[in-house]
Amino acid sequence: MTTERNIRLTVNGKAYESLVPVRMTLVDFLRGELDLTGTHVGCEHGVCGACTILVDGSAMRSCLMLAVQADGASLMTVEGLADGPELHPLQRAFQRNHALQCGFCTPGLLMTAYEFLRDTSNPTEEQVREGISGNICRCTGYAPIVQAILDVSQEAG
Amino acid sequence: MKPARFDYYSPSSRDEALELLGQYGDDAKILAGGQSLMPMMNMRLVRPKVVIDINRIAGLSHISPRRDAGLAIGAMTRQRELERSALVLETAPLLSWAIPYIGHFQIRNRGTVGGSLAHSDPAAEIPAVCLTLETEFELANSGGERTVKAEDFFLNHLTTALEPVELLTQIRIPQTVGNWRWGFQEVCRRDGDFALVGAATMLHLDDKGICLEARITTFGAGGTPMRMDAAEVYLSGSSVSTDDRSEAARLVSDALDPISDIHASAKYRRDVAGVMVRRALEQALLPQALPLNEGEDAA
Amino acid sequence: MVQQYIGASITRKEDERFLTGRATFADDVKLPGMLHATFVRSPHAHARIVAIDTTAALAMPGVVAVFTYDDIAGMAKAIPVRLYPLPSLEPFLQYPLAQDKVRYVGDPVAIVIADSRYLAEDALDVIDVTYEPLPAVVDIEESLRDEIIIHEAPGTNLAAHYVVSTGDIDQAFRDAEYTRKERFKTNRHTGNPLETRGMVVAYDAGELTVWGATKVPHFNREVLSSLLDFPEEKMHFVEGDVGGGFGIRGEFYPEDFLVPFAAIRLGRPVKWTEDRLEHLIAANHSRDILCDIEIAMKKNGAILGIRAQVYGDMGGYIRTHGSLVPASTAGLLMGPYNVPAYECGVHCVITNKTGVGTFRAPGRYESCFIRERLLDMAAADLGIDPAELRFKNLIQPSQMPYNAGRTRADGDTIFDSGNYPQALTRALDEIGYEETNPKRWVDDAGRYHGIGIATYVKNTGRGPYEGARIVISGTGDVDVYLGITTMGQGHETTMAQICADSLGVSMDAVTIYHGNTDYIPFGGGTYGSRGTVMGGNAVHLACQNMKERILSLASTYLDTEPANLVLQTGEIFRKGAEQGPALLSLGEIAGLAENPGFNEEGSGTLEITAYFEADQLTFSYGSHAAHVAVDPETGKIEIIRYVVVEDIGRAINPLMVHGQAVGGAAQGIGATLLEELVYDDSGQLLAGSFMDYLLPTSTDVPPIESIVLEEAPSPLNPLGVKGAGEGGIVATGATLANAVSNALAPLGVQITQLPLSPSFIAKLLSG
Repeated sequence: MTTERNIRLTVNGKAYESLVPVRMTLVDFLRGELDLTGTHVGCEHGVCGACTILVDGSAMRSCLMLAVQADGASLMTVEGLADGPELHPLQRAFQRNHALQCGFCTPGLLMTAYEFLRDTSNPTEEQVREGISGNICRCTGYAPIVQAILDVSQEAG
Repeated sequence: MKPARFDYYSPSSRDEALELLGQYGDDAKILAGGQSLMPMMNMRLVRPKVVIDINRIAGLSHISPRRDAGLAIGAMTRQRELERSALVLETAPLLSWAIPYIGHFQIRNRGTVGGSLAHSDPAAEIPAVCLTLETEFELANSGGERTVKAEDFFLNHLTTALEPVELLTQIRIPQTVGNWRWGFQEVCRRDGDFALVGAATMLHLDDKGICLEARITTFGAGGTPMRMDAAEVYLSGSSVSTDDRSEAARLVSDALDPISDIHASAKYRRDVAGVMVRRALEQALLPQALPLNEGEDAA
Repeated sequence: MVQQYIGASITRKEDERFLTGRATFADDVKLPGMLHATFVRSPHAHARIVAIDTTAALAMPGVVAVFTYDDIAGMAKAIPVRLYPLPSLEPFLQYPLAQDKVRYVGDPVAIVIADSRYLAEDALDVIDVTYEPLPAVVDIEESLRDEIIIHEAPGTNLAAHYVVSTGDIDQAFRDAEYTRKERFKTNRHTGNPLETRGMVVAYDAGELTVWGATKVPHFNREVLSSLLDFPEEKMHFVEGDVGGGFGIRGEFYPEDFLVPFAAIRLGRPVKWTEDRLEHLIAANHSRDILCDIEIAMKKNGAILGIRAQVYGDMGGYIRTHGSLVPASTAGLLMGPYNVPAYECGVHCVITNKTGVGTFRAPGRYESCFIRERLLDMAAADLGIDPAELRFKNLIQPSQMPYNAGRTRADGDTIFDSGNYPQALTRALDEIGYEETNPKRWVDDAGRYHGIGIATYVKNTGRGPYEGARIVISGTGDVDVYLGITTMGQGHETTMAQICADSLGVSMDAVTIYHGNTDYIPFGGGTYGSRGTVMGGNAVHLACQNMKERILSLASTYLDTEPANLVLQTGEIFRKGAEQGPALLSLGEIAGLAENPGFNEEGSGTLEITAYFEADQLTFSYGSHAAHVAVDPETGKIEIIRYVVVEDIGRAINPLMVHGQAVGGAAQGIGATLLEELVYDDSGQLLAGSFMDYLLPTSTDVPPIESIVLEEAPSPLNPLGVKGAGEGGIVATGATLANAVSNALAPLGVQITQLPLSPSFIAKLLSG
């Protein structure tokens, strides 16, 4: 019975190796084994988006992946967004626009926005709303988050 | 909400996967994109003894044109790749149009076309579109392969023709020749949710606008997506006029016996399925609906 | 010119840790040797517990303990009511574990402790509970028949009933030229903060620490102390970062006893993180109100009286909010209007569902829906424009303060200040009400458009007191310890703004600490939009007292009168010479305070604790307006525009106030169109996951237009503030229901219940 597997992966540019239970979800691995608690758990059934990270450059729900599936993968979590003390433009825009209140949805939203902006240039407000519709926020009513993302897309020119 | 214990395999070849399936059959679940299976496992609604992860098998993800100008799509092709494929847009625009309705882009980044088909949620978009496109399904087991037509693939609620020892490896979408129009409509409570009810349609029109062949599929209105025979027969030979479309809608509603759940009553699904069909037909006749292979033999 | 912080839209000091993934939410807390808890919960809505067999679970490797009622029996006491108590509610309270009966799906039967959450859930699979299922009752009217009794001791399902009244209601109906009677129902739904509940509890050397506390930690500590018979001063409730509350998180629940109990028993830290499915059945539900209401009016639209019966579906037990939800529905049912006579019977009805508590604007969302729908119906019957009907009846500024009479069991409702017509006018202007004629039409695609409005008033700033403690160190740092808590409101910034202005220091010098019971001996907590009113004024009061102390110390040192000195940006200047060099810095004054030779006043540290008291509520108010389009063939509603106008007296930080308004409106839109905790007849929760309990996403909520007014400051506190946490949600059900009813009026549709799902709208259209 294969109950554990050794995995090697990169997270935010740093290499890790770990022996993990095969049934452990990727988000539990990140939070529990790697102490990267920035990625949050909101529902564990793929609806709320709080657990969103980038896996090999694509935003995915880490509650719906097993840690063993990340063997050989390159992940990016919210902890990898800033460049040392320099906040990422998205992080600065979120603060400027009061796009977070309790902050629980924020990491997942930042990672979603990161891919969205990478792949969509000059989005309209409607496109931004569509782009973040897979992330639930209970506090802000979304408007300031949409504005923050539009700000960054306009900054990029 | 943590999954129950299971034994885990991640075969690197098709043969290895088929051998495992042959060995474990009913005790095993295939893990593809995981967007349907993982929630059920996290909720312990599903407790497979064995999980066979097919994400590391080469050759299962591809979008390939076929000699006869149809399309072959590997079962492990991510929905997001389909969404962005120029080839799919050119060959089977109905599929290109439907994919963005599936969940959200993060789900489509990981979800696969094969996973959606094998899971066969009655309100899912890909099964309905494949039924309309008269797609063929290639199923493999350790003994060989077989091809199943879409009309024979979807059997019942969450049940397909796939045997426990079989793996869906690819689908083949046949070419459609002539002036084909298509439409896709669904109503859901929130963008990205499973449809309350929806319709996909393809119309083959002659150069006078008379319908040579109509394909109408409803989804979310029964245990599987369904081709609506009476409406299809009715439209055949018609000019698909306003009255024709209304009659087709009426025939669709009459033929349906949907379930009630907390999101919609049976009556709602029955009535609105007709509306969806009518609107999909209207959409198909709009000038901007992309005709397939325009200019080719329309006979 | 000295910088004014109050009133400025300052971006939040605390954001960086949230943006970089370095916040500390409850599940982020890790302690050595930590164990993990989960709960055995009843799968039945109503059943006797016959036996619990834990042997297989205890035999599993990694499973450390299973505790049932027998293990806690010696200390098992009912969880007390915190707000809106009534003697008749006592027999219906919930114990930390079910004893011989379960009364809702989710009722906790045992706590399981294991080395990991995975293993704890494996143990759940093999714990064998034998139940004897009983018939369940899930309908208010059926429950009132008392055929299926849920709590044997009181022998009835009516946990409370009382009547509030003011004026002569019978006379009002005798004088009526028009009456209308209707039944309204609001949908059971709840707040669903994105972070589920959770805590880590450690028992070490006689001290108990609870991480994950919030909302009312001082009160909860008192309750836990009483239940565990554990000295309060050895208990430390710590609030880290909190992923939203909305009234749901932070009340005392069974788990808040059981996890500490386990930690003490086992001598190891225990973590419990609720999962989402568990949250949906275990955490408080809300809003489940049935109301029969009748209005008496003159033909010209003047309201003579309102009489009503309000029934609250409380679930299987009365929880910490007592009768609050139905009581609050009755309390402001008459709204911001002149209603000379009012009578309302309030009923708390027990059913086999999850217990009920507050969700943002409890009873207010409900009563606003009920009343504003009825007013629109009356307007249509009487041929009066709906806005005109409001203006005719709104309480005028000249009537302030206005005593609305005895609408609460414990006293009169007195509106302190407000210009209600002004807020309504603003909302009408924003939506283009006057210019839009008619106010309903059908577009080319066949969609029915309509405008809807609603007006509300909201109680905020509940007392009786709140505290703040300020400590100034030798470096000139100002540390403020709050008695209030925070779950996303931005208190670390807004309280710093108040402190900076009230004390006369730069905001950069101020650090706000919150939510730890060790910070201040007594605290009221954050709920019911009291944070800024009570906490803000406590900070202000502490600052005033601190400034006095500082000036006293400085004046003694400088050998002058305090009146000759000024404290500005953290420095002492001679009054009139503020441009010149500072005479003393705050740090130096702190040094003076600590100098035993210099300071005769006592304590060495420059520290002040102050408690602000209030015995009256202060009322925010406003109007919402919406433009909707309804597809009659699918029943789908599109909100084309949604306007929120709210007067909160005075905005400490407008950016934050707008954030609350827009966030609240979004929640209300979701509640009105999408959310419902649907139960089947056997008491099973059908909307048991996020697949079926539908929260609003970014494409479900339009860009909400928020206007914040400061026309009527509160006369009840020095800052003039009113609470801003709930106004955005109060009128959402009413406004959308009015807009939809207006749009579909030609088709004979009149909304009397929520939510407005497509299937429900279609049913109304075909009926």
